[in-house]
Amino acid sequence: MTTGDLSTLLVWAAATAFTIALVAYAVDLSRVADAAQRRAAAKTAVPATVPAGAGGGAAPAPEPPADVPARSARAEGIARSTTYLGIVLLLAGIVLRGVAAGRWPTANMYEFTIVGVFVAVVVLAVVQRRRVIVFVGVLVMGIAVLALVLALNAFYIQADAVQPALHSYWLVIHVGVAIIATGIFTVAFAASVLQILADVRETGPKPVDAPRAWTDGMRRAVVGPRFAWVDQVPDARELEALAFRLNALAFVLWTFTLIGGAIWAEHAWGRYWGWDPKEVGTFVAWVVYAAYLHARTTRGWSGRRAAYFVFVGYAVVLANFTVVNLFIDGKHSYSGL
Amino acid sequence: MSTYRPEGLDDAFTQVAEPPAAAGTDGGPDVRLPALGAVGWLRWAWRQLTSMRVALLLLMLLAVAAVPGTLFPQRAQDPPGVAQYLIDHPTTGPWLDRLGFFGVYSSVWFSAIYLLLFASLVGCILPRTKVHLAGVRGRPPRTPRRLGRFPAQGGATTDDAPRDVAERAAATMRRGWSWLPFVPTYRVDVHDEGGGTWSAAGERGYLRETGNLVFHLALVGLLVSVATGQMLHYRGQALVVQGRGFANAQVDYDTFEQGSAFDPASLEPFTLRLDEFESRFDPETLQSRDFTAHVTLTEPGDEPQQRTIKVNHPLSAGGAKVYLQGNGYAPQVTVHDAAGEVAFAGAVPFLPQDEVYTSRGVVKVPDVSGGQAQVGLVGYLLPTALEAAPGLWRSTDPQPTDPLLVLSVWSGNLGLDTGVPQNVYELDESRMEQSVDADGDVVTLYVRPGETVDLPDGLGTLTFDGLPRFVALDLRHDPALPFVLVFALLAFAGLAASLFAPRRRVWVRAAPGTGADAGRTVVTAAGLARGDDIGLQPELDRVLAATLPDQDTPDRTTPRTARSTDAEADAPTSTVPRGTPR
Repeated sequence: MTTGDLSTLLVWAAATAFTIALVAYAVDLSRVADAAQRRAAAKTAVPATVPAGAGGGAAPAPEPPADVPARSARAEGIARSTTYLGIVLLLAGIVLRGVAAGRWPTANMYEFTIVGVFVAVVVLAVVQRRRVIVFVGVLVMGIAVLALVLALNAFYIQADAVQPALHSYWLVIHVGVAIIATGIFTVAFAASVLQILADVRETGPKPVDAPRAWTDGMRRAVVGPRFAWVDQVPDARELEALAFRLNALAFVLWTFTLIGGAIWAEHAWGRYWGWDPKEVGTFVAWVVYAAYLHARTTRGWSGRRAAYFVFVGYAVVLANFTVVNLFIDGKHSYSGL
Repeated sequence: MSTYRPEGLDDAFTQVAEPPAAAGTDGGPDVRLPALGAVGWLRWAWRQLTSMRVALLLLMLLAVAAVPGTLFPQRAQDPPGVAQYLIDHPTTGPWLDRLGFFGVYSSVWFSAIYLLLFASLVGCILPRTKVHLAGVRGRPPRTPRRLGRFPAQGGATTDDAPRDVAERAAATMRRGWSWLPFVPTYRVDVHDEGGGTWSAAGERGYLRETGNLVFHLALVGLLVSVATGQMLHYRGQALVVQGRGFANAQVDYDTFEQGSAFDPASLEPFTLRLDEFESRFDPETLQSRDFTAHVTLTEPGDEPQQRTIKVNHPLSAGGAKVYLQGNGYAPQVTVHDAAGEVAFAGAVPFLPQDEVYTSRGVVKVPDVSGGQAQVGLVGYLLPTALEAAPGLWRSTDPQPTDPLLVLSVWSGNLGLDTGVPQNVYELDESRMEQSVDADGDVVTLYVRPGETVDLPDGLGTLTFDGLPRFVALDLRHDPALPFVLVFALLAFAGLAASLFAPRRRVWVRAAPGTGADAGRTVVTAAGLARGDDIGLQPELDRVLAATLPDQDTPDRTTPRTARSTDAEADAPTSTVPRGTPR
């Protein structure tokens, strides 16, 4: 077995570990949802039984609401340990990939994806260190597993040296920082999704703005018992603060990606900016996240509306990586993938 | 302290510190309703332009407007793509062209958006800079009467005198970081509030606003430097064959473009000669691994110097940078006409078409002896030729291990005298005829280096003398480059400071106790931060702990994460969810 094959095997192993972590998080989430649902049911049931019990003595409480464990410690333990195991396996896979290729492993989509997943999961582990936010775990792990399997099956190419244009230390700095930013954006996106859900539940079933049929239906679904688990997560404000801190960090790194890319382009292509599709995509994502930062401090645009900018921004980041690489010809098209 | 807020900016940090009357300036119905007048309308328009909402709108417009540039081919990057698109879409194409979709980034609408955005930015940033400059010299705001409405809280009782407590709190806040002594963290004032009550008011993090302003101003600087560079730059492409030279003069470039303010006479007349070209390919995948051009550079008044140019390692010469953008083979051929005269001798660059350097080119042979037809030789160079099937040749390796020229022959009028500029890599076949053999099949010449073959129809002979390399060089001069870099780095530093430097206000008040605490000193403290700041409450606790060393646990009334930007000025402790539309 060559070093490259061993690296691939390790990445598969990491994908497996992350899948177990995903399942564990999902089990934990279902426990949380279950407990929350039972509690909500108990809450509505209690007033109904009280009048009946008032006549004929003390009626037994329908469910013990308070002492149901809200989360599964075992599932959380499994999620945590498999996450750490996966991180170690993936790191080993990335290092061996670099050894096999004889260079820094950030030169093509496969390597970008596995390193990006690594960063996202490390950020997740850091965020979850103090307080486990199960839904963020499910979402980030879901994206991580999906991205790893996609990378292994669709983006994979043999570990190899690179063409002259990539012979530069900027391959480490520019691409490395872009990957780190993408990983952090991923976790921030998950936090924003959760923020919206929490916010909708806190606001209640009444459509306050844009009373359109489909948003109304979505809102009612989120407010309903199926999403009762959302009550267990930190409130929308805390999630917004978390998303902002991550997005701010990633935005600064993204800015550095742009500047570093321009410096490298000046060395390699003879111009610092040429509206190459990848440059445009990076620029658009930068502008959208800049708009997000402005929206946060604009009256009437903070909170939920600002979170929509995160959705758009993350979609642009993903499209900039996938659509621009796969379907649009540009100067960033190296090695086909 | 005066403040400036663009219309729509939600900022509790300044709002809380200000008396509520000052916040009523936005949007309230004016008492005097007479005609606004031209100046009034202009002022209104300016206020709209510099408002947060319009800035937000323009940012999103900019993002949307940048997208078509990746969906449609652009003239600046891909002129053949545009031409092809116009052919494929005869109805929509010209309209898209008229609307600027093939030159999005220089179109009127794209320029309008970013110019408006920058106008909005300047209109917002300049007043803020003025206010900030005044604020930097100012003192922290006085301790508010009620401390209970701030996001971070703390308090304790102690036996120390109020004045000592306030002084100690001030000293604690002033003390710098352990790793950076002599730089005070907080700017602190101690106030005697009368009745034996003393307070310390501290503020830190002016760097946050400074960074914010630097970021925005650096963006303006960036735009100006890029525009200046556009005006003063020149850029040219030149194809240099091994053993040949190139002089930095406009006539020596194959293509040349310059900014409107560039003077071609200012080109520094250095010369460059390509001595050797090395290329390395992966033996299995045939992908390129390394290109090196060895050149001799002669700058005016200087000795010739040996230099190398590689991808990612441009050569600096005469204020310009020389980039290695392409390479290929330029077969050295000699053509004798039927009269035995040399009609053509030289190296003809053949442009590589694929990764095994199957290269296409044209040899145009003019008529030198009277009564001769002009000859055009069109075809391919195969660096390592392999006959895949009878009569079907292809290249298997980019390195010239077994080169072969495969040419078809045309004769007639090349059209060189028409005065219309010609593409040297294409043959205008409209006035020419292709040579065919007796059976009517097209004649194909196969020539290896050193061989001489007869041209059909008695047109003469062709000799393949050798196979030198050529490099495609790109020269660019942009005097604004250092400015672009400096402004970009300033913007980066400013951005990082504006997002990561905490801006905090901390107040500690020590008052003589009443009731049960009579005879003791009651200490209350509060903190306010700009934006989300998880470090605010810990910092307040730290200040209190250092102020009251004998106190074990300062009682924290609200152990919550600090937040303020979004909070209503009068009810920061309310639990209105952040996302509630207001």
